[in-house]
Amino acid sequence: MIYNAGSYDVIVIGAGHAGCEAALASARMGCETLMITLSMENVALMPCNPSIGGPAKAQLVREIDALGGEMAINVDQSAIQMRVINTGKGPAVQAIRAQCDKHEYHNKMLKTLLNQPRLKIIMAEAEEIETHGGVVSAVITRTGARFSCQAVVITSGTYLKGRIIIGEVMYDGGPGNQFPAVKLSDSLRNLGLELGRFKTGTPPRIYRRSVDFTKMIEQPGDDLPLRFSYMNPRVTRTQYSCWLTHSTAATHKIVMDNLDRAPMFTGVIKGKGPRYCPSFEDKVVRFAHKDSHQIFIEPEGRDTEEMYIQGLNTSLPEDIQVQVLKSIPGLENVAIIRTGYAIEYDYLPPAQLRSSLETRQVEGLFTAGQINGTSGYEEAAAQGLIAGINAALKVQEKEPLILKRSKAFIGVLVDDLITGDIDEPYRLLTSRAEYRLLLRQDNADLRLTEKGRKIGLVSDERWMAYNEKKNILEHEIGVLKEQSYTPADQEMSDFLKSLGSANLKDRISLWELLRRPEIGIQDYIRMGWLNQQDEDILEQLEIQSKYEGYIKKQEEQVRRFEKMESKLIPPDIDYDEIFGLSNEARYKFKQIRPESIGQASRVFGINPADINILLIFLEKKRRK
Amino acid sequence: MFDDIAAISTPPGEGGIAIIRLSGSGVIKKAAQIFKPRRNQIDIRKKEGYSLTLGWIVDADSEAVDEVLLALMRAPHSYTGEDVVEIHCHGGILPARRCLEVVLSQGFRIAEPGEFTRRAFLNGRLDASQAEAVIEIIRAKSDKSMKLALKQLGGRNSEYIHTLEDRLLELNAMVEASLDFPEEVGELEYNRAQAIMVESMEVIDRLIQSGKRADVYRQGISIAICGKPNVGKSSLLNTLLRKDRAIVTSIPGTTRDIIEEQLIIKGIPVRLMDTAGIHITSDVVEKIGVEKSQEVIAEADLVLFLVDAGDGITSDDLNIYRNIENQNLIILVNKEDLEDKNITKRDMEQYFPGVKVIKVSAKEELGIDKLEDNIEEMVLGGKLQSDDLEIMINLRQREALLRARQHLQDALNELNQVPLDCLGVDIWGALEALGEITGKNLREEVLDRMFSDFCIGK
Repeated sequence: MIYNAGSYDVIVIGAGHAGCEAALASARMGCETLMITLSMENVALMPCNPSIGGPAKAQLVREIDALGGEMAINVDQSAIQMRVINTGKGPAVQAIRAQCDKHEYHNKMLKTLLNQPRLKIIMAEAEEIETHGGVVSAVITRTGARFSCQAVVITSGTYLKGRIIIGEVMYDGGPGNQFPAVKLSDSLRNLGLELGRFKTGTPPRIYRRSVDFTKMIEQPGDDLPLRFSYMNPRVTRTQYSCWLTHSTAATHKIVMDNLDRAPMFTGVIKGKGPRYCPSFEDKVVRFAHKDSHQIFIEPEGRDTEEMYIQGLNTSLPEDIQVQVLKSIPGLENVAIIRTGYAIEYDYLPPAQLRSSLETRQVEGLFTAGQINGTSGYEEAAAQGLIAGINAALKVQEKEPLILKRSKAFIGVLVDDLITGDIDEPYRLLTSRAEYRLLLRQDNADLRLTEKGRKIGLVSDERWMAYNEKKNILEHEIGVLKEQSYTPADQEMSDFLKSLGSANLKDRISLWELLRRPEIGIQDYIRMGWLNQQDEDILEQLEIQSKYEGYIKKQEEQVRRFEKMESKLIPPDIDYDEIFGLSNEARYKFKQIRPESIGQASRVFGINPADINILLIFLEKKRRK
Repeated sequence: MFDDIAAISTPPGEGGIAIIRLSGSGVIKKAAQIFKPRRNQIDIRKKEGYSLTLGWIVDADSEAVDEVLLALMRAPHSYTGEDVVEIHCHGGILPARRCLEVVLSQGFRIAEPGEFTRRAFLNGRLDASQAEAVIEIIRAKSDKSMKLALKQLGGRNSEYIHTLEDRLLELNAMVEASLDFPEEVGELEYNRAQAIMVESMEVIDRLIQSGKRADVYRQGISIAICGKPNVGKSSLLNTLLRKDRAIVTSIPGTTRDIIEEQLIIKGIPVRLMDTAGIHITSDVVEKIGVEKSQEVIAEADLVLFLVDAGDGITSDDLNIYRNIENQNLIILVNKEDLEDKNITKRDMEQYFPGVKVIKVSAKEELGIDKLEDNIEEMVLGGKLQSDDLEIMINLRQREALLRARQHLQDALNELNQVPLDCLGVDIWGALEALGEITGKNLREEVLDRMFSDFCIGK
């Protein structure tokens, strides 16, 4: 019995990391938003490693923050350990990583959601997307509620026809023994969308007090004051350690002896899993020459007995999992709380999406997160933010927000999804970004906060703080550029000598002098040439001066790149009309429908002649 | 659309003039740097469009490379609608090539297949109705380019390129793995990275050297003379040399077991190669000679297959023919001067159907003119081609290799001085330059390499 349950501007289906960002963005931009979730307990759930950040991902989190999203703030509030990864490898790849208290993360996010004006949450199972004339019109739940709307964002994670696999045991389920979403996939297929199948997995969880830490190496966090969100101060936290142990030859033997019961190898698991998150059994088989693999034991919270085992992602039968664990140094007497499992799920190949994350098939329907074939909380949150923003902009009849590869890691992520051949769960790596040096963790606000303000997501508070920072930065750069010294200057030669640096040959400004690796911004403060001030400002001054040469090189590359990006391809172009295109190009362009010449050239398998021919064709059309 | 581009616009072979065409916003200024007018007062930067100026192309040492006529056309009154400079230099491949190299040193890029025509169209110089024709040109030239590029990469060169690609992939995978998976992979192994960079630079140097030799060798047509022992190959070679030997500067560092001479036959530069007799042999040293011969023959543009009029067609002859029947071929029935001849027209039609046959006597210099006529016909008739495209592909490849080398040099210089992400810019740059030669999607390959070399992921 279907009944009319209300009307909203935007409906978000799913309350994981993507869903939370989408719902908050939409509501904060002024749209009446409804969030439908299968379970209140799993809002903002971290079903795998309770960690956020690391290379490429930290950049995403900062960008989400710069635009006015929520993840960074939530992490700061629930982190139990923070470290900087890749110190000493340069600013473009430095990344903060936080271990979070799983439950606190969920609680804090839920609180934020429940207190958000214009946002309502309801616990239900969305089964059907209703459309009229190819445009989204409503969402219908299992219990008969029909919510009409103008836009829908599906952020269903790994729940679509989810199937849990543990050894020989299989059953339908979402992560953590939740209900799967069964009917929604069918509804999507009926709308003409194609779905594929992926798999991912998670390791067992164990009792803290059953672990013998004396057999492991402690890994404490950094003592440095750190934080993700620009709006939060840098703080030191009580750091909770992780522990390092390793698998042994005995462990590997157990795996090898039981491969005939391992779903990864018996062909039971059809969905493709990610290369960089292989199951433990996969690692043992593929790297058979290695007689041990690293295993990390991590706390899942401040105050909980549950420990997460990083490196032991598995779908081996439960009895084998027990044996495997017990063969690891320190886990001889381990007690398991949760068994590890693999989960298979439906995903939507993202070539079917536009750069706004709206599906081409159905107007007003957006998808974000693991449903698009990505992995990782950060990748999900970034997509959720974009989808939520663009759903709201659509309702407001404004142009969507599309970030370029040269402007944000989020841009790299979305563009890779649209143009690539996603045949395994996609994870963002810094090596996917051509302009990595420009897309740093430290300058996300300088790149994105203005955009966030334009679309109405950046609060007054954030906007004021940003402008203040920008002004101070410009001022201080001016100060450093104006102050210059000559070889005759005694103070300067003494200073240089004290740092083991060569004397000046010509007049040079303090700004240019910073390029020398042995000189740091703190040295200037010591000499009184610069005032002590905010860490963020000092960090920017140092990075921008030291890497000016490389930054300029990349900026030049970006200029050429953006020229191609701005050559737009009309959305109604008929590729069958174009004489001279290779068959492969014709097929791919029809499938992916690139939005610009630049994007067309990135489509997998296209060669330059095809692009040139496309250019000629467009020019010919233009003249008509 | 924005670079200054250059290309040789005329096909090589016979002809008094070769034209190098330049197009782009900076071409006049750059051309002025390498052009020395006959009359000192002339500054081509001030010349009107449609002007011709006599002078020399000079290299970086101010040495004259060739005497040329420089034609200037100012935008929009030019073929492409941009500023266009045409350098009319002496015909023949060598002058055109040398001039092009000087041009490239000023910061020009070699034009892509069909690029001039493309620009002409995009700048409104060609009618919309000609769009299809433009597209055809682009498509045809580009497909041909790809085929020629692949051909150029064949043989020993392709080994070098593969090695280079493998090393650079390994290097990039090492760097990226350390940056994206620092906890599993740890710090970059700097010693190994350095060794790879040094090794890669050596391979590039070797490639460029072999490219240089190959360039000289690729001037004009390569003709291989083959046939069983004592059929008169050396004799033929000497006869042709007496008539047509070319004067060339010596080519350093080449040793082959093949006798090779440079000739100009009817204005066409020819490399004539006398191969060791191809026959079945168990002698190891001879075998190597035979293998080399076979290599040379396979790469030759034209094969002159000698048979002995006195012996008739023997099984040795037929064995040899089997190796060469798919090439451009002229059969020379040698020893025409003999009284007793044992080869008839019917024999020819039976054993070598459809192949051109000429009766010659190397000793008595009979039939040589006819041979030369036939060679000329094959070149001009388009059957044999040493293309302008081929030269440009060669130069383009060399350009890319030099860029790759520069990136590696920069990376080596900075190795212990800049952080890894900055180093990564040059290390990636080297691979990207190489990718222009192999045409592969290297970003994905680096990722694949990363995951196969390192056990990463939790």
